[in-house]
Parts: sequence; structure tokens; C-alpha cells
Amino acid sequence: MAGGGAAVRELQYRDAIREALREELLRDPAVVLIGEEMIDPWGGTFGVTKGLSTEFGEERIRNTPISEAAIIGCAVGAALAGMRPVAEIMFLDFIATGMDQVVNQAAKLRYMSGGQVNVPMVIRAAGGSGLFIEHKMMYNNKGPVPEEEYLIPLGVADIKRAGRDVTVVATSRMAPRVLAVAERLAATGGPDIEVIDPRTLVPLDRATILASVRKTHRLVIVHEAVERGGFGAELASIIGAEAFTYLDAPIQRVAAFNTPVPFAPDLEDFLVPDEARIEAAVREIAV
Amino acid sequence: MAVDLSRENAAVAEEMPDRATLSRMYETMVTIRLFETRLVELFNAGKLGGVLHVYIGEEACAAGVCIHLETHDYLLTSHRGHGHVLAKGADMNRMMAELFARETGLCRARGGSMHIIDRSVGVLGANAIVAANVPIATGAGLAAKWRGEGQVVACFFGDGATNHGAFHEGINLAALWDLPVVFICENNRYAQFTPQRMHAKIEDLAIRAAGYGIPGVQADGQDVLAVYRVAQEAVARARRGEGPTFIELKTYRYTGHAISNPICAIGRPDEEVAAWKARDPIPPLERHLLEQGLLTSTELRAIQDAAAARVAAAEAFAEASPRPRPETALEDVYAEWPVGAPL
Repeated sequence: MAGGGAAVRELQYRDAIREALREELLRDPAVVLIGEEMIDPWGGTFGVTKGLSTEFGEERIRNTPISEAAIIGCAVGAALAGMRPVAEIMFLDFIATGMDQVVNQAAKLRYMSGGQVNVPMVIRAAGGSGLFIEHKMMYNNKGPVPEEEYLIPLGVADIKRAGRDVTVVATSRMAPRVLAVAERLAATGGPDIEVIDPRTLVPLDRATILASVRKTHRLVIVHEAVERGGFGAELASIIGAEAFTYLDAPIQRVAAFNTPVPFAPDLEDFLVPDEARIEAAVREIAV
Repeated sequence: MAVDLSRENAAVAEEMPDRATLSRMYETMVTIRLFETRLVELFNAGKLGGVLHVYIGEEACAAGVCIHLETHDYLLTSHRGHGHVLAKGADMNRMMAELFARETGLCRARGGSMHIIDRSVGVLGANAIVAANVPIATGAGLAAKWRGEGQVVACFFGDGATNHGAFHEGINLAALWDLPVVFICENNRYAQFTPQRMHAKIEDLAIRAAGYGIPGVQADGQDVLAVYRVAQEAVARARRGEGPTFIELKTYRYTGHAISNPICAIGRPDEEVAAWKARDPIPPLERHLLEQGLLTSTELRAIQDAAAARVAAAEAFAEASPRPRPETALEDVYAEWPVGAPL
């Protein structure tokens, strides 16, 4: 559409999407649409692609079997090799069957290739069970275990160390790392840290964490997963909602930087929170 | 169900490759063998990080297939991909540097052994996820067909991958669209530790091709000439625009799944390993070259020495290369990113 702001049209959502796809098909011969029942006479479940296969042919509007992994994987390969594919997943619910291609392939290939390749593709889509994750780097760690049979209930946090000044909630492998920082600071006259390992995120022991924050008035959250959209954000939101008036300082998050995990140890070690970053976050808000 | 594999195989021409071709395949096999033998030593000495899956014993497969590929053709491979990547012409120095996690590595040490990419020679990727490379190869085939320059795609995977959903989806789509992809199953009889009899009801995986409506051919993966012949027809068929072929190569890996795993897993007796080692693919080619008067023993030795020198030079290059600066871990996450914006 030409700019200028004079002419304004009213378009249905589906028509606006179709128009965008059509403009790209016209503009760039490398653009190809890949998905289920997008060709005429169907034109997609919601009619988004109606007319496109008639106009551009079935070489460019490619109808696929019900094969979400192949739709997304084929788009990944075509993009690596110079095309500009648009993959359509009929309903967002179905994307889980092709998730490896989204998470491990499309999202990571540029990074893993050291920037050699791009994956210029688009995925369009119309849009509770228990999980226990064992940290693979902790299989060799040792810790005290009671002699008798015992159960750790889900949803009960473990206060690893009591402290007065700052609450640090740390998950999995970060808990012993935070504990080391806490002991060092205590030995050198630094802030007195209360270290809490929530042990399970769902269910989450809110009561223990809230009680601690109401006592210390300061919270640092440490996790090894990437910062963006992580458990730290979830917990910060909970504390903000339920203990806002108790906080004397902004909540701090210490987490992996927002990248995939690189092969080189030099690079991976940089991304994962280390004791220096944890200590800096504590000192940032400690009095 | 009756699938006549012999009929498919009989259609393959019994033409003997020339001296130069045989020499190149010999050089490729020896190079892969020496490269990976050294990798095992380096891994055991603690010089390589991550996990190491080697290809020792299977070299005829990579050599006999990749000899038919041009630089602009594409290659997709698996976690056991060093041999294919070398056979496709990747720079050995930069490949070794990648395994050493050095900045000069093909992927600047972001990828490592299981994610090597060398776009300059069409290596679109080794892949750590079993069978994930199959639909990606289909996509590269789509791009090749669209470009119309006669490019083909070679996609290597193991017997275990043929039980994965992504394999079925990817090969079915390539067949449906007549894409120029050659799917090569290196059936080394084990999916990680699990023997084939415990992971598939059938003995000959090539018959699965019939279910996709494409040719399914087999060859002895220890016989580089047999591999050469089936791959020649499959690649030619793809270049002619007649669609994919599924090749099953019966082969064997001498090591455990990964170097840190035991060599003899469940159902893998010492005698079996010994029997396959007695069918090593390199000596028969040496004998053939000598008996046919194509190369002298001096010339064979020269090829071996040159390959050993390349491996040594690659190791020296890697050792001398700088480690990546930690803060560069934040680079290359996105193709475009607003200048100065936090990641």
C-alpha cells in the first residue's frame, strides 16, 4: 500500500493476512506457502489463502499431508537453501507435533552456525500433567540423605540458609551456587542472605517465599534458564502482587542471557549465572 | 508383500569408476579414518568437549555417495556426521577448530561436533536430533527444485531414524513432490545401544521405500564400489528431476554409540565386532587398486601420508587458534536486532 494517509479501507482480518501474503508472493519469487488444505477450492480452514493457488499455482502454494514436523522442517530446509517459506499450521494446538523443528532447528540454526546461515521463514497458525526435571550436570553432586525411607512433598520449599537482609530464591543447580555466595558474604561481613530452593515450581510454595520477603524486604531470583519469560518473571509478578508494600528495593533477576546454548565452554560459562553475578545482584539491593 | 529389491539393484549399471575416481574415494576413506582415529585420542586425552560420535568402519558410505556430489549440492547429516562433512569438502582445519571449541571453527564454536555447518560447500548441517534432518533435507530439495539448477540433496541418517515420525513425514513429502533428495540410511544395526531386531520388525529397511512410492535400493556399505553404483543412479535420478531414492547401506560402527559408551552393548558380542572389522572397507579397495595396476603401493602410501599430514596440520591449526571471547556468546542470536537494544 502506498503511504500518504488519504485513503483508508476497512478489511477483514483474514483478508488483510491474504493481502500481505499475496504482496509477498508477487514481490519475491522465493516466497512459497507450505501447509495443509491451503489450495483452492479450500483456501485454508478460515479462507485465508483463498484464491492464492489459483493465482500463483500449486508450485508456490504447496498443499501438504497432515505432517506438521514436515511442514515446519521443510520450511526450515527451504529457508536454509535460499527460499522465503511461509509455513501454515492449521491450528496452533497442532504445532506441538512439530515443536522440535521450531525449538531446536528454526530457532537455533543461525546461532549454532556461527552466523553462517539465516532461516528466513514465517510460521502462521490459528490459535496438565506432572513434570520432573533432573539437572544433568548434578548427577555427580553429593548431599545428605536420611537413612530411612522418606518423602519430599511437592510444593514445599527448602530454606537452605536462614538470613535477615536479602531473600534469594534459587532453582536447581543455582541453589548450591547461591549458598556458596551466602556463606562467603557472611564470613566477610556482607549481607545476610536467606537462600530458598523452591524444589518444585508447580506447585509453588508461595507461603514460604512470601514470609521470607516480608521479613527481608528484598528479593533476588536466580535461575539457569534464560531470563526472558522465565520462572523469575513469574515469581516477580507473584511477589509484586502479593507483597508489594513489603518491598524496599526492586526485585532482581539473575538468569542466563537470552541466547541458545553454545558449544564452547568459554561461551556457555559466560551465559550461565556465576557467583560474581549473583553477588552483584545481592549487593545492588542490600543496605 | 513382495518387494523385489534385487530388481532395483539389477537396474544399476555395472560400470567401473576410473582411476582418478577410485583414488579420490580411497583418499576420502583414509582421511576420515585418520581424522576420527585422532579425534578419539584427543577426546580421551580431554582435549575435546561435549560428546563424540565417530564413524569408524562406515567410511565407504560417505566416500561412495559424496563422490557424486558437486560443491553446490546440499548435505544434511546426523550426530555421526564427521565423515560426510569431510567427504563433502568442508575445510578440515576449521572443522577441527570447531571440535576444539575455537573461534576459528566453522561455526565459531557455537555448534560443535553435532551441529557442524559449512555453507560454503553446501553442508546445511549435522543434526543432534535423530531424524530432524529428514524434513529439512526435503525443504532443501524444494529450494533446489525451485532454483532449477540441477542441485541435489544428500541426507544421511542411521537405522534408528527410520522409526521416527519426522522421517516418515519428511520422506513422504519429498516423494509426493518428486524432490531431488537422496535419503541414505546407514544401517549400522544399532540405534544407540538397541540392536535392530529390537527396534524394527523388518530386516531390510529399504522395503520401507515402497510405502512412499519411491525406489528402495540396498548395497553393502563395506564395499565402496557397491555404494558408488547405487548412489550414482540415485543422484542421477534426482538430477533428472525424477524424485527421491531411499538407499539402505548395511554397515557397522566399530565404536560404542558415543566414545564414552561401551563398545559392546546388549546383543553385541565381541565376535560380532571382530567379524565386521574383518570386513573393513579400506583394505579391499587397496587390493583392488593394486591388483588392477591403478595405483602402486608407493602411491597408496603417499595418499595415506598426505592425509595424516592434513590431520596433523588441522590439529596444529586448532590448537593455535584463539578461544572465543566469552561476551561474543551474545552475537548471532538474531539476524537483525536494533542497535544498542538489550538482547
